[in-house]
Amino acid sequence: MASQLPHKIKIGPGKTVCAADGAKHKKRFIVYRWNQDEGDTARLDTFEIPVDACGPMVLDALIYIKNRIDSTLTFRRSCREGICGSCAMNIDATNTLACIRTIQECPEEIRIYPLPHLPVIKDLVPDMTHFYAQYTSIKPWLQTHTPAPPDRERLQSPEERERLDGLYECILCACCSTSCPSYWWNEDRYLGPATLLQAYRWIVDSRDENTGERLDDLEDPFRLFRCHTIMNCTSTCPKQLNPARAIAEIKQLMVNRTL
Amino acid sequence: MVKHARPLSPHLTIYKPQLTSVLSILHRISGFVLFLGGIALGLWLLALASGPEVYGRLQLHMQSWYGENLLILLLFALLYHLCNGIRHLCWDAGLGFSLPAVYRSGAAVLAATLVLGVLYLLLFYSGAARA
Repeated sequence: MASQLPHKIKIGPGKTVCAADGAKHKKRFIVYRWNQDEGDTARLDTFEIPVDACGPMVLDALIYIKNRIDSTLTFRRSCREGICGSCAMNIDATNTLACIRTIQECPEEIRIYPLPHLPVIKDLVPDMTHFYAQYTSIKPWLQTHTPAPPDRERLQSPEERERLDGLYECILCACCSTSCPSYWWNEDRYLGPATLLQAYRWIVDSRDENTGERLDDLEDPFRLFRCHTIMNCTSTCPKQLNPARAIAEIKQLMVNRTL
Repeated sequence: MVKHARPLSPHLTIYKPQLTSVLSILHRISGFVLFLGGIALGLWLLALASGPEVYGRLQLHMQSWYGENLLILLLFALLYHLCNGIRHLCWDAGLGFSLPAVYRSGAAVLAATLVLGVLYLLLFYSGAARA
């Protein structure tokens, strides 16, 4: 187990850049920095930003830093409206999307780290390969045995469609999975909240005809049952979804089908 | 090769301790304390079976300040594990998953542990004073 983990490194002090001389409102952003050339030491760089000169969101502050102070700062971002999930990171000690966390609701000193317990590629960019591989493993597509009706789509009643509410909105940002201590310690075998919520999304889909096989795949002491209802996932989800409830409902289905 | 040279992003040390995760780890810790308490209970019975002399020696420890504090710790571990166990049973039945409900049930478990523990100690010490 330990040999598979990326190696541990020290976090040393970084540089401090004050870009807010004379500004009325300023905040300090303390940002985790690491790149390959630095080897065994990551640093925490401090950037003091004039809040009024920058957009309202934490992502705006990161873009401000990259544009005006340090162009080597590396992070993922795309939609800037909470739908792509690219800018998921650890902000002020919990995971969220930088583009929908306002600077205003953050304290004077805002600590920003990459998503926890993942291999770091550079600065705030973690390696998500394993996370996506786990998502692929639950076969996230409609599986059927019967042929589709020749003249129309496979239809759902409004009630059947309603069962997907609170599930289909998941953007796979990985905030929940990387907030889960159980996933931290067992990420090689435990699927984690995001992947399990997605698995449940297909299990309860009325059009899917592979429900039994999907449950068989999850019936495993690690893949599903490493969830100990810690609830960090639900508390951190930037889309206000409830992965813990989805996992509990999979567990209930497991029990119900043996009765 | 490059993959293995990558550092692991910080986790436990930087993540905010919350009611969710703190109560969860407390459940585990209290469970472990109860495991040790179970062994202690076995030893206690063993001492009881070994006659008054052995039991008298054990009793000296149990009535000392550290023995008494350990027993009180065991009491609170038992009550917390019991109350939080009921919370877990509710979750297994699919109840109480909304975030406000999670925080309310968490606070209720802490309050119940405290109230039951204090009540027990009051009853015990008032009984001990009368005896």
